[in-house]
Amino acid sequence: MCLAIAAKIIELNGENAKADFGGIVRDISLMLMPDLKVGDAVLVHAGFAIQKISVDAAMEIQNLRKEMNMDAEK
Amino acid sequence: MPKNDVELVKYLQKAIAEEAKGLPKMVFMEVCGTHTMAIYKNALQQLLPNNIKLISGPGCPVCVTPMNYIDELVAIGKTGAIITTFGDMLRVPGSRISLQQAAAQGVDVRIVYSPLEALEIAEVYADKAVVFAGIGFETTAPLVAVAIVKAKQKALKNFFVLTAHKTMPSALTTLLRDNKTINGLLCPGHVAVVTGSDYFHFVSKELGLAAVIAGFEAHDIMQSILMLVKQCKAGITKLENQYSRMVTAEGNTKAMSLMNEVFEPSDGLWRGLGNIKNGSLVIRAKFKAYDAKEKFTVFTGSVQEDENCLCGQILKGLARPADCKLFGDMCTPEHPIGACMVSSEGSCAAHYRYGR
Ligand code: SF4
Repeated sequence: MCLAIAAKIIELNGENAKADFGGIVRDISLMLMPDLKVGDAVLVHAGFAIQKISVDAAMEIQNLRKEMNMDAEK
Repeated sequence: MPKNDVELVKYLQKAIAEEAKGLPKMVFMEVCGTHTMAIYKNALQQLLPNNIKLISGPGCPVCVTPMNYIDELVAIGKTGAIITTFGDMLRVPGSRISLQQAAAQGVDVRIVYSPLEALEIAEVYADKAVVFAGIGFETTAPLVAVAIVKAKQKALKNFFVLTAHKTMPSALTTLLRDNKTINGLLCPGHVAVVTGSDYFHFVSKELGLAAVIAGFEAHDIMQSILMLVKQCKAGITKLENQYSRMVTAEGNTKAMSLMNEVFEPSDGLWRGLGNIKNGSLVIRAKFKAYDAKEKFTVFTGSVQEDENCLCGQILKGLARPADCKLFGDMCTPEHPIGACMVSSEGSCAAHYRYGR
């Protein structure tokens, strides 16, 4: 139930924002994360932005591969 | 999984096998129901060497919500109030009926995606009481706190929350303090997003267990397991954060302070586990005008669980779903008997769906 999904802020609207969930646009509340800008990636739980995402998942995988020396081995 | 990910998972599988070679048996508990689902769905247990066992913990909020909570919601709904709830709760059986069955009998039950939607419904139906079913851990409780604060700002007189919110530390401490079988915890990533990673220091400091805050992709979980194995091998226990792309040390401080402003800790029942000291959240006196328990006096009585159900043992990591003689015959996701089968995130339900 503690599911949270990544989305991108596409429009600010006071306490709320429009966020893009990979093509689906929904209104979310910024009450718990007030200082967001258009273009920020956020983690959304039950209609609220709960955290800003610093590194995206693809980047993270790349970092991890590097850390594990995966690409060097080939 | 994207292609990258499969390769990465295979790589981590090898690394874990290598690291775990020659070590005694290690048991790791995944605390969070979302982790349970991901582990079953990606068949991660099968990728691990024989000396590593994963077991499910108490982190499925729907599962640990007592049955009489549903009874209370149904009883409140029967007084004419509108019941608003997350979809997860709809089919969960109370001692007599579920919310879905109550809706079929004429109770006005509405699924909301966010607690703020419940607030909107209260504004539209000003002549009716609107009750929100507040369940969930630290990830969700702050959102419900926001709804209560907003209801106060708007001076709404018809919005109420029936809270069954729960918090992790005291439950984990109660469960694991005397547990000698568990070596490490995969800590719940999305709880930690809100609470911050520091919140979980007690796992290593007080419980003496290896602890890694884990993300939810297959590679996140595998990497977290590798980190736990490394701790075991080195003979140390500390808190590490695998999910650092989302989880900071201090978390979302605004969310935490709102949660603490609106709710206070209290003793309360966890289904399958019994009463846990300071493991529940109740609405503070300052906001009691929004507490459904103040508004409605519904006595539903206490509820007996089936004596053959092993959920209590399963949630403590002492038994597995297959050990239960009711599993799969008497107890299925369509007709759940115990806590671990009621939500798709429960370990019995996940085992039923993917594990056999
Ligand atoms: S199978 Fe059903 S009855 Fe048995 S432990 Fe799981 S939830 Fe309880």
